[in-house]
Amino acid sequence: MELKEKFISSFLAVDDYLNEGSLVHDIRSEAIKNFEATGFPTKKSEAWKYTSLKALLRDDLSIFPKQEATVEFRDVRKYFLHDLDTYKIVFVDGQYSAFLSTTTHEGMDVCLLSSALTKDKYKAVIENYFNQVAPQHGLNALNTAFAKEGAYIYIPKHKEVDKPIEILYFYTGAESALMLQPRNLIVVEENAQVQIIERHQSLSEHAVLTNAVTEIFVNQRAQVDYYKIQNDQAQASLIDSTYVKQERDSVCSVHTFSFGGQLTRNNLNFYQHGEHAMSIMKGITLIEGKQHVDHNTLVHHIAPNCESHQDYKGVYDDRSTGVFNGKIFVEKEAQKLNAFQQNNNILISDKATINSKPQLEIFADDVKCSHGCTIGQLDEDALFYMRARGINEKEARGLLMYAFANNVLESVKIPELKKRINRIIALKMGVKIGFDL
Amino acid sequence: MLDIQNLHAGVDDKNILKGISLKVNAGEIHAIMGPNGAGKSTFASILAGKEEFQVTQGTMMFEGEDLSELSPEERAHKGVFLSFQYPVEIPGVTVTNFIKTAINQTRKAQGLEDMPAGEMLKQIKQVSEMLDIDRKFLSRSLNEGFSGGEKKRNEIFQMAMLAPKLAILDETDSGLDIDALRIVASGVNKLRSDQNAVIVITHYQRLLDHIVPDFVHVLMDGKIVKSGTKELAYELEEKGYDWIKEALK
Repeated sequence: MELKEKFISSFLAVDDYLNEGSLVHDIRSEAIKNFEATGFPTKKSEAWKYTSLKALLRDDLSIFPKQEATVEFRDVRKYFLHDLDTYKIVFVDGQYSAFLSTTTHEGMDVCLLSSALTKDKYKAVIENYFNQVAPQHGLNALNTAFAKEGAYIYIPKHKEVDKPIEILYFYTGAESALMLQPRNLIVVEENAQVQIIERHQSLSEHAVLTNAVTEIFVNQRAQVDYYKIQNDQAQASLIDSTYVKQERDSVCSVHTFSFGGQLTRNNLNFYQHGEHAMSIMKGITLIEGKQHVDHNTLVHHIAPNCESHQDYKGVYDDRSTGVFNGKIFVEKEAQKLNAFQQNNNILISDKATINSKPQLEIFADDVKCSHGCTIGQLDEDALFYMRARGINEKEARGLLMYAFANNVLESVKIPELKKRINRIIALKMGVKIGFDL
Repeated sequence: MLDIQNLHAGVDDKNILKGISLKVNAGEIHAIMGPNGAGKSTFASILAGKEEFQVTQGTMMFEGEDLSELSPEERAHKGVFLSFQYPVEIPGVTVTNFIKTAINQTRKAQGLEDMPAGEMLKQIKQVSEMLDIDRKFLSRSLNEGFSGGEKKRNEIFQMAMLAPKLAILDETDSGLDIDALRIVASGVNKLRSDQNAVIVITHYQRLLDHIVPDFVHVLMDGKIVKSGTKELAYELEEKGYDWIKEALK
């Protein structure tokens, strides 16, 4: 049986188990119908022209692990921001791990989507927000149909969250051929502020495919800083689809650090519904071997007087391949807008490839939109300058690439995270970083 | 220290240096002057090892080794330093991190351990005070957004930190106002000893009021056409280069 048919028929089998006391039974039934109608994306569709899922979508994939896996804290400690106090929502092979997590219901909710989808006290929020911004086709529909677990974060009005929230998904590899469907719902009410870090991490070399969907609602004057760490094992693949709906005067930034994994596809979509909304999308991609990272971004400007900034940098070695497809869509009503998009790439090896495609569709007549894209090698004059000061060619190249990528880190607001990412970049580039005055 | 014999060099098919011979001993300061396009900066770049230039003839022996056999970093490790006419901007690398990397790579090449952080900080403090450099300046990205004067001062800062045997100053005076010129020159003078040497490349005599040369050479059309003492620099300032051209005909 083909994978698509297998998933559809298994939905019937798990329907009861998934939807016991569920508030979203109808949404799921609708979703599986949508999945049936649209199926998996193929290279025939423009948005997937440079990324093929064919090799990953093996017929033996299953959505739910047969047994529960556990991990020891000492084995995963390094994946947390351990030098910092944080709230933690941790999943192991898609199941919630209570003992690794630090959740809260004090003045806000930092907990599990599974409880939010079944308990009456969350009903109003679920009805208003769950599945309200992610378009329902293909992979999103599959996720909606099967998503059992994920992070649920609700920050009420005027609440400034005291410490960052970490969402961690661990994969043990105890079972092979899993296609997991994590689902996060984040609602930040008026004038509230929160910082969130999301990481997917395999703990073994077994192949795993994750189809994650995150919906983020940023209400009036709210501020959200979201960081994605994608530094996984060479066999792990991630499709990360994130949808952000912004109301007036809100600010939302998403930083995506793509440092590894077999295939990473980021669908990052912003919808600006209120005036003076600000969307910031930044990314660093450092890959090697045969790794593949695809950034597919969309900013949909619906309201006037808004801003969006995109700055993506990539360094590609060996036979790695990168894609940047950035779409800015400006509605007729979205006047006085300032949209900026930048994508800079360095190819270290002759065999590495990057496909960079800006796409601007503008229906308003009083807007400022700019985009720029560069693909190149390192600056030879800078290399000579460094070598003339005694820095070996290899180190000099490393230092230049480190500097190139590191630039994006300036906007990271959590110093411990910045330090951590800085260290990963330095390590990847073979650079010893030192002290600063 | 440096013994250059009949050096010919160029880029692609174009000859730029057409037979330069020059001897520099430890303790000496040599000035190289000449009109635009004479090959002064090319000469400096070739000494430092810029790869786009090819040496086609002649030798440049530095303490018994031919520099043309060495990579730019190996030359630096042996004690050759070029102060760039146009220092390169490197966003994302701070002045401090850059100099620290340069010093420790040089030490490594010389078989030494990394310089202890405390010692490094002490030296950075001393040198930045000597050159009147603000500490905030040191945590900025290398040369990024620096004024012309700041870039040159930063070059001399690095020179002082690396303490080279042979320093080549390529138009270090351009872009400096008179106060900055004085600070930079006094920095260079403080670093002088009978163990090291300086080659000053300049258009103008004014820098040579502060860094007084033992010898002045005139470079024209890829050759040293006249050598003399510091009085030659005054003569050039007064009369320009045409009289030399005339005399050569």
